[in-house]
Amino acid sequence: MSEHTHETSEHAPAGDGHGEDHGHINYVRIWVWLVILLAVSVAGPFLEVFWITMVTAFGIACVKAYMVAKNFMHISLEPRFVTYIVVTALVFMLLFFAAVAPDVMNPEGTQWQKPSWIGPPE
Amino acid sequence: MSTGKLAVWWVVVSEIVIFGGLLASYIMHRLAHQDWAEQAAHTNTWIGAFNTFVLLTSSLSAVLAHKAATEGNGPKAAKLLWLTILGAATFVGVKAVEWTMEIQAGYTITSNTFWSFYYTAAGLHAAHVIAGGIIMAIVAIDAAKFRELHRVELIGIYWHFVDLVWIFLFPLLYIAK
Repeated sequence: MSEHTHETSEHAPAGDGHGEDHGHINYVRIWVWLVILLAVSVAGPFLEVFWITMVTAFGIACVKAYMVAKNFMHISLEPRFVTYIVVTALVFMLLFFAAVAPDVMNPEGTQWQKPSWIGPPE
Repeated sequence: MSTGKLAVWWVVVSEIVIFGGLLASYIMHRLAHQDWAEQAAHTNTWIGAFNTFVLLTSSLSAVLAHKAATEGNGPKAAKLLWLTILGAATFVGVKAVEWTMEIQAGYTITSNTFWSFYYTAAGLHAAHVIAGGIIMAIVAIDAAKFRELHRVELIGIYWHFVDLVWIFLFPLLYIAK
C-alpha cells in the first residue's frame, strides 16, 4: 500500500498505477445487457410459474451483481485480497443465516419452544 | 493499492455485513411467513423497476466518469458525476413519491413486520444514496478543477455497491409476491 496517490492531484490522471487497463471494456454494452436482464426479471412473474419467477428474479439478480462487480467495480483487476475479504463477508452472512434461521423458521426445536408472544409462523 | 481505495473496499465489505444481515433476516422471516406475499403484493413493481433502471444508468455514468478521470479529463469526469447525482436525486424523488402513496394507503413502518423490513431496508439504502450523492458533489467540484481525480474511482466503487444492494432489494421487495 502506498501513500503516493494522495498527491495525485493537479492535472494528473487518476489511478494508482495498476488496474487501469479497462479501456477494452464496452461500458455501454454492459449497461444494455443489464437493462435487458432487468426487463426479463420484471417479465418473469407474468408467466405465473413459481420456479421461473425465482430464476428470473434471483438468478438474474446474481448475474447482474456479477456483471456490475466485474465490469464496473473492476474487482477482478484489484489485488487478490480484495476478493478474499468480500467473500469472507459473504460467508459470515451465510453463517448468520444458518445459525439464526432455524430459530426464526421453526416454532420449536430441541429443548426449546418459541414463546407465545412471538407467535407461530403462518 | 492506495490508502483511499483500501479504505473504500473496507467500507464496502463492512456494508456487505450490514445489508447482508438485514437481507438475510428478511429472507428467513419471509420464508417463515408465507402470508407476507399478500403484503408484498401492495408494492409497486413498475416504480421499483424504474428506480432499478435509474440506478443502473447512474452506475454507467459513474464508471464513464472514472474512465474520463483515468484519461486526465477532469471536467468530463465532473459532468458525468453530476449526471450520476441527477440519477441519485431521481431515485430519492421517486422513492419519496412511492412512500407517500404507500403511507397514504395505510402501509406504515408499524403496520406489520413486512412493512417494518420494507421501510428499514429501503430507507437504509436511500440514506446511502443520499450520502453518495453528497460525496459525489464534493468530488465533482474538485474534479472539474483537475484536483484529486483519483477520488472519482473511489466514489464510483461505493456507488456501484449501492447499485448492487438495490439489485437484490428489488426482487426481494417488488418481484417475489
